[in-house]
Amino acid sequence: MAVDTAPTEPAPTPTPAPDVRPAVTVARVATRTDSPMPDAAASGRLEVGALSAYYGTFRAIREVSLDIPPHAVTAIIGPSGCGKSTFLRTLNRMHELVPGARVEGKIRLDEVDIYDAAIDPVRLRRVVGMVFQRANPFPTMSIYDNVVAGLRLTGRHPRAELDGVVERSLQRAALWNEVKDKLQDSGVSLSGGQQQRLCIARALAVGPEVLLMDEPASALDPIATLRIEELIAELKASYTIVIVTHNMQQAARVSDQTAFFTMGDDRAGYLVEFGDTPRIFTNPRERLTEDYVSGRFG
Amino acid sequence: MTTGVPVMAPSSASALLASSAADRRRGIVNGLFLAVSFVAAVACVVPLAAIVAYVVIKGAAALNLSLLTQETRALGLGGGAAAAILGSLQMVFLAAVIATPIGILAAIYAVEFSERRVAGAIRFAADVMVGVPSILIGIFAFTLFVLPFHQFNAVAGSLALAIIMVPVVMRTTEESLRLVPGDLREASLALGAPVWRTALSVVLRTGLSGVLGGVMLAVARAAGETAPLIFTALGNQHVNVGNLGKPMDALPLFVFVNARQPYPVQNAQAWGAAFLLLLFVFVVNVIVRGRSLRSRAR
Repeated sequence: MAVDTAPTEPAPTPTPAPDVRPAVTVARVATRTDSPMPDAAASGRLEVGALSAYYGTFRAIREVSLDIPPHAVTAIIGPSGCGKSTFLRTLNRMHELVPGARVEGKIRLDEVDIYDAAIDPVRLRRVVGMVFQRANPFPTMSIYDNVVAGLRLTGRHPRAELDGVVERSLQRAALWNEVKDKLQDSGVSLSGGQQQRLCIARALAVGPEVLLMDEPASALDPIATLRIEELIAELKASYTIVIVTHNMQQAARVSDQTAFFTMGDDRAGYLVEFGDTPRIFTNPRERLTEDYVSGRFG
Repeated sequence: MTTGVPVMAPSSASALLASSAADRRRGIVNGLFLAVSFVAAVACVVPLAAIVAYVVIKGAAALNLSLLTQETRALGLGGGAAAAILGSLQMVFLAAVIATPIGILAAIYAVEFSERRVAGAIRFAADVMVGVPSILIGIFAFTLFVLPFHQFNAVAGSLALAIIMVPVVMRTTEESLRLVPGDLREASLALGAPVWRTALSVVLRTGLSGVLGGVMLAVARAAGETAPLIFTALGNQHVNVGNLGKPMDALPLFVFVNARQPYPVQNAQAWGAAFLLLLFVFVVNVIVRGRSLRSRAR
């Protein structure tokens, strides 16, 4: 990689204007070269301002504004088609991979506008990782290779470093004890829940600060779901987690904040209410939220 | 109350099930249709079976050590197909080396990078290329790679074969890349892998088995092509190893030349060479089939 200085080092001289870039994450998004595991500094705050997302001319979400606090779990709930997943995918710029897709508005990750022309979406995705609904380990790769796939696909790394990353990532994903003796087995030989934890380990291995989860447990049985939820509770000490879920009980169990989206008359999803999870579920301010969390619609 | 519709009198089961003339006619038509389609199916298989049987009987008898090891000798004196065997190996190998990367990269472009309409145009062009009579490709290669040099040469033969192979490799690669689930592309991109690494290390690697099968089928096709070589490599009675600027023999050319000779010895050699070609094509097809069956079973 081009720049070898660790971003944790203080800049020797103040950066000359016009390109003033504060905070740790700026360095990580812009010229990230550090070790794959993040330190525990409380970075990873996402501020979303008047965000609209489009597929061609169709507006899928309309003017969403919310602050996602660092090192906490934020749940996105709402009925089908309300733009939950689209919203999630704007946070790591996966949305724009769909031909014709674009966004308006602002998203800032620790003060950095992630839609700034100077930000490379490929680099952003190493800081804002993602776990999908269906566990999708690479079928041609072993468990070991799956975990380090992100590192291998983005550059060269010495074997010793990779060994360490594999162990730490699998431990963080609560999978190490189950697979440590069969790291060379195929990733798809694991059970569904194990595969999903493998995908979480794979996402952690590149050292993100934010972890996006798109219904990570909806394809799993209740016991595997419980393990994923326990894991989410452990991971929030180190990562900002945004989870889309269909399951309101799950949102109530795992999240600190909840955002309730629904679909407007123009079929665009919008944010109805955002707040601390207990309040959203027990004392919502909006009638729509109350109807949804009490099961009257959706 | 009476309605306009007369009520059917309930009748016994035996009356309902008794076969009528219409039933009997239907049975006859059914039988005729079955018989005609069976005959067509037989007509479809018989030529292949007849060709295989004839070539095996005639060719196996002509198969001996001198066929494999000796050069062609003039006019009824026997000799062997060594020059043709070595020539085919060299020219087909060179053609595969040229055509495989082109076909695979073109398929990657069509599947991973181009818009749907552009991909459709590329696919259409490849399909037309597959259908172009190979003698036209021979004349084309003759005009471009033989005439300017006033010399029949093996490179021109290889290029002609490569032109035949490229669309075959491209289409089979495209088919197997399209089967790679989009999940895996997303997983890779979400890890911060660039698009080109995703295409090579995830998509192509996952579809590799199908791609290799396509390359082998293209090799088998090229090994049997005669017309493009008549104008380009021409044929050679002597073993030519490595001198690609000079004429070179090939198994189909050897069959073509020797089958037309008035000497039974040489006719027998043509059958022997035809048997070798058939064996090669058969083995390649069995390997490809076996691989795809195994991968489907997995």
